[in-house]
Amino acid sequence: MSVRMAEMLMGVCMLLVSLGLMWTVVADDLAIGWIEGRGPGSGMWPFWLSLGMALSSCWILFRWFRNVTPESSNSDPYIDPETVFLVGVTIAAIFFLLLLSNIIGIYFSMMLFLLAYVRGIGRHGWILTISVMLGMPVAIYMLFEVALNKYLPRGWPFFENIFLHIDDFRYAIMS
Amino acid sequence: MNILKTLTMSAAALAITAPAAMAEWQPRKPVEFIIMAGTGGGADQIARLLQGLIQKKDLSPRPFIPMNKPGGSGAEALSYIKDKEGDNHTLLVALNSIYTTPIIQEGLDIDVTTFAPIGLMAMDTFQLWVNTDREDITDLDSYVAAVKAAGDSWKVGGTGSGQEDSILTAMMEKELGYDVVYIPFPGGGTVAKNLVGNQIDSTVNNPAEQMEFWRAGNTKPLVQFNGERMPPFEDVPTAKELGVDIEYYMQRSISGPAGMDPEALAWYQDLFKSLFHSQEWQDYCKSDGLTCDTWVSGEELQSFHETQLKRHVELIESVGAASITSE
Amino acid sequence: MDSILSLLTAGLLQSFEPLNLAMIFLGCFAGLFIGAMPGLGSVNGVAILLPVTFLVPPTSAIIFLAALYYGAMYGGAVSSITLGIPGSSTAVATVFDGRPMAQQGKADKALMAAAIASFIGGTISVILFTGFAPPLAAFALKFGPQEEFALMLLAFATFIGLGGDDIPKTIFSILVGLVLAAVGFDIISGKPRLIFFDMVEFQRGIEFLVLAIGIYGIGEMLWTLEHTKGAVQIHKVETGFRRMIANLKDVRKYLPTTLVGSVLGFVVGTLPAAGATPASLMSYGLAKSFSKDGDSFGKGNVAGVAAPEAANNAASTGSMLPMLTLGIPGSPTTAILLGGMIIWGLRPGPLLFTESPDFVWGLIGSMYVANFVTVVLNIALIPVFIRVLAMPFSVLAPIIFILCVVGVFATTDRMFDTYLMLILGLAGYLLRKLNYPVAPAVLAIVLGPLTERSLRQSLISSQGDAMTFLERPISLTCILVAVALVLYPMVSKQLRKRKLAQS
Repeated sequence: MSVRMAEMLMGVCMLLVSLGLMWTVVADDLAIGWIEGRGPGSGMWPFWLSLGMALSSCWILFRWFRNVTPESSNSDPYIDPETVFLVGVTIAAIFFLLLLSNIIGIYFSMMLFLLAYVRGIGRHGWILTISVMLGMPVAIYMLFEVALNKYLPRGWPFFENIFLHIDDFRYAIMS
Repeated sequence: MNILKTLTMSAAALAITAPAAMAEWQPRKPVEFIIMAGTGGGADQIARLLQGLIQKKDLSPRPFIPMNKPGGSGAEALSYIKDKEGDNHTLLVALNSIYTTPIIQEGLDIDVTTFAPIGLMAMDTFQLWVNTDREDITDLDSYVAAVKAAGDSWKVGGTGSGQEDSILTAMMEKELGYDVVYIPFPGGGTVAKNLVGNQIDSTVNNPAEQMEFWRAGNTKPLVQFNGERMPPFEDVPTAKELGVDIEYYMQRSISGPAGMDPEALAWYQDLFKSLFHSQEWQDYCKSDGLTCDTWVSGEELQSFHETQLKRHVELIESVGAASITSE
Repeated sequence: MDSILSLLTAGLLQSFEPLNLAMIFLGCFAGLFIGAMPGLGSVNGVAILLPVTFLVPPTSAIIFLAALYYGAMYGGAVSSITLGIPGSSTAVATVFDGRPMAQQGKADKALMAAAIASFIGGTISVILFTGFAPPLAAFALKFGPQEEFALMLLAFATFIGLGGDDIPKTIFSILVGLVLAAVGFDIISGKPRLIFFDMVEFQRGIEFLVLAIGIYGIGEMLWTLEHTKGAVQIHKVETGFRRMIANLKDVRKYLPTTLVGSVLGFVVGTLPAAGATPASLMSYGLAKSFSKDGDSFGKGNVAGVAAPEAANNAASTGSMLPMLTLGIPGSPTTAILLGGMIIWGLRPGPLLFTESPDFVWGLIGSMYVANFVTVVLNIALIPVFIRVLAMPFSVLAPIIFILCVVGVFATTDRMFDTYLMLILGLAGYLLRKLNYPVAPAVLAIVLGPLTERSLRQSLISSQGDAMTFLERPISLTCILVAVALVLYPMVSKQLRKRKLAQS
């Protein structure tokens, strides 16, 4: 896909998004007009601004049609295959990081994420990989749970229990 | 030496790994303290004070963590508590929006009477306030005259459509037969400041929010909406005395999610009971004009919630939900 | 004046008491680190550490929290510059030039500029605070919704030049931010708006931080990934004592902008509800509009780092004023400080200065000291912060991704927002590849709610009469200045053209 193609598709996409936003406002039955004696209704701000988005999308498409912008006359590929791979893998990895956080907890899922990234993509040695894999969860635990009292997601009861024991241990030492 | 001892003891505890070994229920995770209002408001102050007291008096083996979920007049907090059914580590710091929000926002499908009743920490009151610059207004009659003289342009500040003060404002409109313009602001403190700065003409505020301006002589209360005159406002008549049938309180209570374990519920009830009777809490109540005379908990609190809920349904019906949400 | 000096001396002496001095050090240090974490800002630090302060007397407690607030303001710049991720909304403008400078291997220079500018901003505003607190408090009271709206227009006017060259795309970006800001419950009518796919999670709205970390954290990392193809180390890192001294001498280049930013930041900060974010944006916008080489802004101009940093530190001091004198927080952080004061049995309000002078002047005295301590700590730690950039990218990137996820979760307590962050980040990246500017969207989501609310409050109170904005002197002045700011670049362009034509 060339940059030119992407520019057009993105313009159309954004136009659709804007129209969708406008539709959402209308469908929610919000007052999009000026209410006598009260000023703007609750839907006025989002509706008219979304209309503005739609109009600027049209303007972008018009400029694309006239070939005014550098993007609209650029026939280079929008994303080269190598980038597609890197970005795709990264996004997928983060997605699994989030997904697994709910199951095995953020700590274990973060270790897998680091393993995949540092070893898999970075091709670093095992020593570095393992020290990052162990260092990061410990640092996060110390900073967020110990210092800032934040309870991070720990997944299903089985995995949560592991950390509850660590917590017990920590509170026992601290008190 | 001491550290060594605790180390070995926790190691032993790790080895046993039997939660049943604990004699009494105690929280094992930090307790989420959900506040159904934004930072800086009355509920937030109370939650943070309670959290501090728990920490200071070392009443809980795990910390309490206040968390603000103010979205949609408390709808966000209520949905969150509903999803936490059966959880023993989540509490709700409630105000009257636990009644009003589910009534006004149909489809929320929340029944507060199912929530685990932990304790009623205080009853808060409301007064009608105007700026002291308004020398022409000295009592309710002159206030009503001024509002009517202003036509439809009398500006009343409040904390948001559907909030307690908007209901009270709607009740006053109905009882006293006038129409005002209701302007929502984020938080009672901002309302108070706008009254002092003469950006609005009057407001119904909690005493805590106006206390300092009152003491500095910037604002004055005209009427209070409780059954009897409350210190320090002994000179201010109640609405009932003046023949206006409005009595309205703000309850400030603690609830847990539905289906909380009875042992956990009992533990929290004990905890908050001892907080309620603590010197610090009673001092806070006194200085902020809250009523904290009797400890209400358990079934008693549940029936209190039921009565209040019924009363709010009637109130909102009588003034009309439309006049509260406006537009 | 005499009385102010003697009170101030007493306050300064108080802050040199061993316990208080220890609190200042501890607070500054903790704040610096919390602020430097992407996603964590002074709000988190102050909120979480508030209960700890019950162990010490109130004056020491507020000194600790104020020092933490200060430290976090300095620290916010660190994450903006080294990682390109604004830790809080107040540090967004610092990214614009701080990030390019780091990419050019000048991270130490940017960090030094940020520290010095913060110091100047903080100090100027404490001096102003000491001298003019009561009249400023009276001024703040005159600020109603109309004035707030006019001030927001002014803020928008100052960053009109921040977008790219593509006008429709810039407009689109601003509008996206403004519309996203409207998601959730409408405070005026109490109705839910833009609840996409009927997901209840949207009722709370889209927090600024989710968009900012998505776009600057995830989006920026993807961008870097594309341009470096992983594996390579991208930043040259140099530090050394001599280089540090040379960086210090740079101060001449950004002193004027810093001074303007400091005063502006303080004044905007004292206004309730405005806070440090609009202040830093306005300061950046002004620095750019009136700079001789405005085009170099956004590409690594050191004044572009100094201007917002001076303003946000000045504003953080300024926002203490409405908190102390009116009991109204000027920023989310002061909202929590306010809660703390009430717990300690202090009554913020018009009587606080006369009834608890020890407390107020102890706090003011500590601000002088805290400023000094933080700038020294910060400069000393620059080499440490820079080490971050020396890491191989394929190690740094996953660490940053994890910090983004944990940072967002820690702020909003919802996994939902971390998914939203990922989606917004990817969308931001794809749009940015087509030259859509992303900064305006991030700024608009911060200012949007304030703008809409004040607009509607004003119109309700004037019963729909839009003239209300022009009838009030302060609001009229702001609007006139805003119009002038919008017209200035066009007029000066015309003038330059004419000059060129003549010569």
